[in-house]
Amino acid sequence: MTNTLHRFGDAASFRDDYIVFAIPSRGRNDQGSVPKLKKFLEMALPFHPVNLGDARHGGALRPCRKLTPLAHWRRDVRPDFRAVIEGVDSPTTVAAVFDNRAAAEEFVKAVKAADLGLSVNISTSVEGAEQCCWAAGIPRHSVGYSLGFEGKTEKLPESGVLMLSTMCGHGMISHALARKMIDWVKEGRRTPEQAVTYLTRFCSCGVFNPSRAKRILEEIRRKAPAAV
Amino acid sequence: MRISPDRCVACGNCTYVCPMGAIYIDPVLKRATIDRDECVECYACYNGLSQEHLNPTLVRALRKVFSWLRLRFDPEPDVCPTAAFEPEDLTWPRVVRRAFSDPRVPHESTGVEGRGTEEVKTNDVTGRVQLGEVGFTIEFGRPGVGVRFHEIDRMTRALAKAGVAFEKRNPVTTLMSDVATGAIREDILNEKVMSAIVEIKTTVERIEEIIRLVWEIEKQIDTVVSIGVGARCNAEGEDEIVAPILERLGYRLERAKTNIGLGRVTNAEATKAAEPAGAIM
Repeated sequence: MTNTLHRFGDAASFRDDYIVFAIPSRGRNDQGSVPKLKKFLEMALPFHPVNLGDARHGGALRPCRKLTPLAHWRRDVRPDFRAVIEGVDSPTTVAAVFDNRAAAEEFVKAVKAADLGLSVNISTSVEGAEQCCWAAGIPRHSVGYSLGFEGKTEKLPESGVLMLSTMCGHGMISHALARKMIDWVKEGRRTPEQAVTYLTRFCSCGVFNPSRAKRILEEIRRKAPAAV
Repeated sequence: MRISPDRCVACGNCTYVCPMGAIYIDPVLKRATIDRDECVECYACYNGLSQEHLNPTLVRALRKVFSWLRLRFDPEPDVCPTAAFEPEDLTWPRVVRRAFSDPRVPHESTGVEGRGTEEVKTNDVTGRVQLGEVGFTIEFGRPGVGVRFHEIDRMTRALAKAGVAFEKRNPVTTLMSDVATGAIREDILNEKVMSAIVEIKTTVERIEEIIRLVWEIEKQIDTVVSIGVGARCNAEGEDEIVAPILERLGYRLERAKTNIGLGRVTNAEATKAAEPAGAIM
């Protein structure tokens, strides 16, 4: 799962994007990991994450299999963190998404103190992760650098679309849907908050960052179409 | 995946949510239809769209009236109003598409969801990449372009020829008919997937050579490639070796995944296992 590594944007655009995730290694520390994974997610709550995720069941805002027609006017858009925590039922990757470094730093300190024995990673700018480690007094163990996108890049869409769609590294948020939401926000058919909820539901492991997405949509709305 | 023509009302919502752009409204049938050759069985349509269970006949009639009156109902864009998507039982080789495209399906070879890889995310536990070594993840088809295995096959053959070691616990490696040559089994070469990751490990001295090789093969294949480079930090938490090489090659290191080293082996059998950590083949 490299689903958070290759987010599109420069380091400054990750100032509100900090994903801290825990992952057991199959055959090495996966036995008895479920309560630890739940504890990891539970510990994130006091630091006000903008999303929580379980790679097997999804994030804090999920699609509904039985909507009523009233949903078109009155839809529940509140993230359900409790459902994510209670839904963890097997060894998997779990993630907490924060929109500020201070919260991520405090969470990393708490995770260190809890000593769960699981691998914990921070996915953000190189510098942002370094600062989280310094704050917690932890030397970095390993780093996985993203070198960005190469090859037939002419097949990729414009940067605004890419910044939104790559927040689901598994590709569940299509470029077409991201572009449609940008257009709808520009046309005033939906607010950035509303557009973000549609996008969030497609991310099947809960690492989409609704706070960063809202900022990106607001910035694109203010720019001329040619700029995005 | 298929869309029931009896239930579909051609609202068009699903045409936007398909990451591969494989869904369209058939002008003759007047129903949403899936281009099976382009569909990667990612289930974004089935899993991502919320579902209503409205009567299709009623919805079609209402849509006709609205259309005739030139009125536009502005429905939620992430809803299938009639629950028209029907998952199919997939058989070999098509089942490979789903394994590499639907992130909720764990790869049988590794037990890991998503693209089935652990990389340096668990390096504190596996010890896969040590000082002086680098772990490459070469991902094809991401973001949102897709890839067929014959394109990956070009890269894996070139890498094998260069004498690199493929990660054993990796889904693509398990689909090779000959790991020594990097050949991927023939019966899946035309299968299209959302993305797939080839993992290799080498020494820091070979970083430039490997990257130049990847650049060369990238020109010959019809998709995008995302490279990740994993490095072990020193005791102070610094990487003073790999990052400077990558920067010298022209890369701006904007984003990374940082393993903070809190993991340890806790499985009873693993603590006395004979298999060396990070085995390669």
